[in-house]
Amino acid sequence: MSENVEKDRSQVRQKQMIANHFERLSRAKEEGKKVVYTFVPGNLTELLGALDLLPVLPEINALQSGMRKKSGGYISAAEKAGHSEDVCTYVKCDVGMLKNGNFGPTGTKLPEPDLLLLSYTGCFTFMKWFEILKQEYKCPIVMLQVPYQSEGEITEEMRQYVAEQIRDVVVPALEQTAGKKLDMERLREQLRWSAKAEDDLVKVWESAKKRPSPIDGYFGGVHYVGPIFSSFRGSEEAALYYKELREEIEERVARGEGAMTPDGPQAKEKYRLVVEGPPNWTSFNDFWRMFSREGATVVASTYTRVGGLYDQGYRHSPDKPFESMADYALGCYTNLNLPSRVNLLEKYIKEYDADGFFINSVKSCNSFSVGQLLMLRELEKRTGKPGGFIESDLVDPRYFGKANIENRVQSYLQMLDARMNRPLVPGEGLPVALPVLGRAP
Amino acid sequence: MSQEVTTLGDPAAPLLARAQAAIEDRSLNGVKAWKAANPGALAIGHMPIYTPRPLIEAIGALPVAMFGGGDQVDIIRGDSYFQSYICHIPRSTIELALGGDLDALDGVVFPAICDVIRNLSGMWKLLFPEKWSAYLDVPQNFDRNLGGKFYGLELRRLARELHQRGAKELTDDALAQAIADENERRAAIAELDLIRQKEPWRVRASEAYLMVRAGAAIPAREHTKLLREFLGIAGDRKTRAYDNVRVVMIGSFCEQPPIDLLRALEKAGCDIVWDDAQLGMRTIEGSIELRTSEGGRSALDALVDAYCEQGAATASRYIGNEVKGASLIDRVQKTGAEGVIFAAASFCDPALLDQPMLETALNVAGIPHTSFKYAENTAQFQVIREQAGAFSDSVRLFGGGA
Amino acid sequence: MRCVVGIDLGSTTTKAIVLDEHGKIVGQGITNSRSNYEVACAVAREEAVTSTRFSLLERARAAHPDGESVKADMKELQKAFRLELFLEELKELSDTMLRELDRSLTQRALRSVLRPAAEKILERTRDQAPAQFLGDAPRRSDFFRDLASAAFNAGAEEAAKEGSAPFEPLIGLFDRAILQVETRVVKADTSTLLRRAVQRIPAASRDKLDAVVAEASKEPIDEISFTGTGYGRQTLPFPKSAIRSEILCHGRGAHRRFNGTRTVLDIGGQDTKGIQVDDRGVVTSFQMNDRCAAGCGRYLGYIADELGLGLHELGPLAMQHKRVLKVNSTCTVFAGAELRERLSLGQRREDVLAGLHRSIMLRAMSIIARSGGITDEFTFTGGVCKNEMATTMLRQLVAENYGSQITINIDPDSIYMGALGAALFALDDVREGRPAMLPAFVANAANITPPIDLESAAACVTEH
Repeated sequence: MSENVEKDRSQVRQKQMIANHFERLSRAKEEGKKVVYTFVPGNLTELLGALDLLPVLPEINALQSGMRKKSGGYISAAEKAGHSEDVCTYVKCDVGMLKNGNFGPTGTKLPEPDLLLLSYTGCFTFMKWFEILKQEYKCPIVMLQVPYQSEGEITEEMRQYVAEQIRDVVVPALEQTAGKKLDMERLREQLRWSAKAEDDLVKVWESAKKRPSPIDGYFGGVHYVGPIFSSFRGSEEAALYYKELREEIEERVARGEGAMTPDGPQAKEKYRLVVEGPPNWTSFNDFWRMFSREGATVVASTYTRVGGLYDQGYRHSPDKPFESMADYALGCYTNLNLPSRVNLLEKYIKEYDADGFFINSVKSCNSFSVGQLLMLRELEKRTGKPGGFIESDLVDPRYFGKANIENRVQSYLQMLDARMNRPLVPGEGLPVALPVLGRAP
Repeated sequence: MSQEVTTLGDPAAPLLARAQAAIEDRSLNGVKAWKAANPGALAIGHMPIYTPRPLIEAIGALPVAMFGGGDQVDIIRGDSYFQSYICHIPRSTIELALGGDLDALDGVVFPAICDVIRNLSGMWKLLFPEKWSAYLDVPQNFDRNLGGKFYGLELRRLARELHQRGAKELTDDALAQAIADENERRAAIAELDLIRQKEPWRVRASEAYLMVRAGAAIPAREHTKLLREFLGIAGDRKTRAYDNVRVVMIGSFCEQPPIDLLRALEKAGCDIVWDDAQLGMRTIEGSIELRTSEGGRSALDALVDAYCEQGAATASRYIGNEVKGASLIDRVQKTGAEGVIFAAASFCDPALLDQPMLETALNVAGIPHTSFKYAENTAQFQVIREQAGAFSDSVRLFGGGA
Repeated sequence: MRCVVGIDLGSTTTKAIVLDEHGKIVGQGITNSRSNYEVACAVAREEAVTSTRFSLLERARAAHPDGESVKADMKELQKAFRLELFLEELKELSDTMLRELDRSLTQRALRSVLRPAAEKILERTRDQAPAQFLGDAPRRSDFFRDLASAAFNAGAEEAAKEGSAPFEPLIGLFDRAILQVETRVVKADTSTLLRRAVQRIPAASRDKLDAVVAEASKEPIDEISFTGTGYGRQTLPFPKSAIRSEILCHGRGAHRRFNGTRTVLDIGGQDTKGIQVDDRGVVTSFQMNDRCAAGCGRYLGYIADELGLGLHELGPLAMQHKRVLKVNSTCTVFAGAELRERLSLGQRREDVLAGLHRSIMLRAMSIIARSGGITDEFTFTGGVCKNEMATTMLRQLVAENYGSQITINIDPDSIYMGALGAALFALDDVREGRPAMLPAFVANAANITPPIDLESAAACVTEH
């Protein structure tokens, strides 16, 4: 989380988990392990785990490249190779990384995929992304179409469609790659661990309802959701991580400590915010500090829910494996229609007692961004809380104008301040017209 | 060498003028007139690419293809809802709707095109809660029993919801009739496309565009009539062959290129023998077959099967296991085209993400190509004209291997 | 007098406003922003304080039994004071220039030619200054740089024509000197300049004026709080506690200027802002143009460059349109291409320009809509509001989209709104007991401008 702050136990564990995973990946080919490239939204990690398949997540690689300041070069490489400047920079970052030897976040070369598992179609770009990878790798591809919750609910038709695809299309393809049959008991075991981790994660999220909030639910939050969004859900290790994390947070609450920031615990929680939209990864800590140094803590965010709306009751279930995985894929935050997203944000603003909300609108991600200006207005109308709005990007450093963004963030926080508690000098009519005098050089 | 079709004494001129007028009817006066003539019937708008119009006609409603605002609409409120990195069609669509130009519509269908149009469907629900609207999830899994089954349920849902709002109940007979009407229209469009390919000087791409677009807001039968009338006259036009380069234009399936852009390309020496503008009018390749012999498949199943099995390759359609670009190369060969022009709307995710893959395929096949971007309200074509001119010259001089 | 200062460091100009303890505006100053922001702020503040001194003078005059009889002379005194400032500044320039000439090795060969030529220009500028300042003819600019530059350019051209000195080295000399002068803060000795200015007033009024000046000079100007704001993309040379966002300041300033204001549109050189304020002038929502420059002042600048026109010529030219052509490109780069293409098609320049103005205002309307639309009253501020075609288009679009009942406020002095808002925030801080102090470079070590010592000032005049 930060350079100058002592790491918590959970952080140490997470770091070790990630290192182990990439270590396993680097040995995969020699050990005969099979590798599946797949996505975070709608991910079927428990299935992969039950079949001993190793996941690689191009999205995570792209965001890591962004944090390691590599994405700018990768994106340029992709654009030089003919990819449009208009489109998603995750895709271009991934393509550029591929063209530069496919070295992953830890610097080791990533193994080529044995299977491309397109686990989510709620983002159209994902389909294009894997079509592009399909052109690069000569391996099979399997797709799970995830219908959009256009009427604000998961219908039985949708659930059946997705569950049937998992059963009839995805599982056979995975079995083919793994070279063995799926053991349903192992799958159930994985799902049990998932549900356990999910219980603890919800407690972590909801700790932010306290004052002061012991966590930052956005900048800090993306670290907390790492294991459950990526390759570890369904493992005992991940469940342990979330247990440890929950205990640490409970200790913070007991000590009355504010949220952890890049500069240590938040001294005074001045503003409580809800944030919509993904973070920017190339200037992650700079962006965080624009808030934390002004005393703003994010108490809830929608980005941390793209990997599952656990706080709205969803759990993986060993009793209905395929149906619950279907509900998981269908229930991603960005698979909700706009009215549902507004409802959820409204709920967060109220339940977490926020002073305002802030939207980081990223160029790359139209499934997130389109409609956010309307959401802004709708939320202001419904909650009476002021909204802030900026534009940036996920991993394209050209789209993070630091001074410009800082200006807007500060304007927003000052506006919040002025609205919250400052008495003002009243206006006093027209000023006297004065001549301009003095020494203009 | 004059490349203008002489309109003086052109027997097709009145029909083309009629088509032009239909496109410029942004306030949908034609739809209002249709509704007045058919009291109680619904008019249902739909965004580009593909919406099964026969389904809408079968329940007595008028399908109205919505192609944005073109280049004549001032965008204020539309821009206020969209960031700078988003394409133009949702801006003009919102502008028209908030300005009351779409009031004649009783509902809107947003077919699955891309994330922008998908989210636009939700914006619609927030902005016009009193109006019916639906997002239509088309299948990306083309197995009849999986994606097909789901799509069939989606179509039934649409018909059911519209019936609740006053449309007729969906019957197999009515749908079969509507499909037959649609097939007639498709056949007429196919003939028009054939003339473009065989004798592009007789019907230019920009003219074919007008004639197809003229059917956006009228029933299939009327459109067929109009097209037949035009086809009957097309052979009598006094024109002569030009030495132009034959190109396929791709990427314009949703936000439409300004018609002056097509004309600019023609002036630059390109005969567009096929394009994917207004793709929704011909997404299904060939006619929709009623497969009653195949174990009781209904008319609705016919729509589903046609989508799964005869859908044209487009950037919005997932192509996993087939070879990417194969269908484009096939199109180039079938139409005898000498090159490909990628013309995508700025910020059009599907088209622009597709393009490098298609370019790779074309490079392997040795088919020359060029690309540019436009917006529906682009007003200057100088650069595009020069680029297309240089492209057509190079193809003419150096041929396919250039 | 106890007062507060607000400074707005903009991308092209820096403005300062001084308010008294009751929130009444008592001084304002402006200067061109330059590479050294600290100097720009110091100069603007210095100007505003001097202007405050004149407010005190005006108060003293009004209170004086014979005040009415010297009303006109007070105006003359202001002009004379400005002249004295100019001469002071010119002396500084002259010294710098001659010093530079002596020091420069590269111009050693030319020294004997350049020196008399420069001295001649400087002397003539000095001689012509009284007519320029004391007369009623408007000056092209109030900025020393502009005035001196114009004089020097003309002089250098003439010298080159006569063959007495080459043009380029002469101008080069001026450029180096003005750069140095511009980045130095020289504290004006107001008392001396004031005394000298009085000497330029007809003898008959001088005694009465002297009394007024003596009365007004007794009072110190005590700056008790300070707030800075400015063009957000640049680093402001102020301590953090003294900075308020330009959005907040613009909104508050516009609301103070026109009390009914609920919506503000500000189109500046670099960005366009749509701001909503409540009945206290507190910003409740705002939107700015995104990454692209479409629809802000730079767009017009680009068009002016494209046509080889001055920015101020665009509006009047566009007003001569016969019809407003539809221009679709809001993108700055494409607009240039579209402009060229349309002109090459033979379309009237005035008509295309009118279309371009409409296009920029359409963008602005979108930004306002994004921030929540227009609520009566509507105030338009920023550099572009001086452009008649822009305001015409705005009025038309507001009427079309929000009805003709909306009151539209446009004030040519709206350039001060940011500084005014900043000063109001400084006053808030005073009332909350946490005033921010002026940075040393602005305040020149002390926040109090002492009362004027008339006796020693008189001595200075005599010596001079």
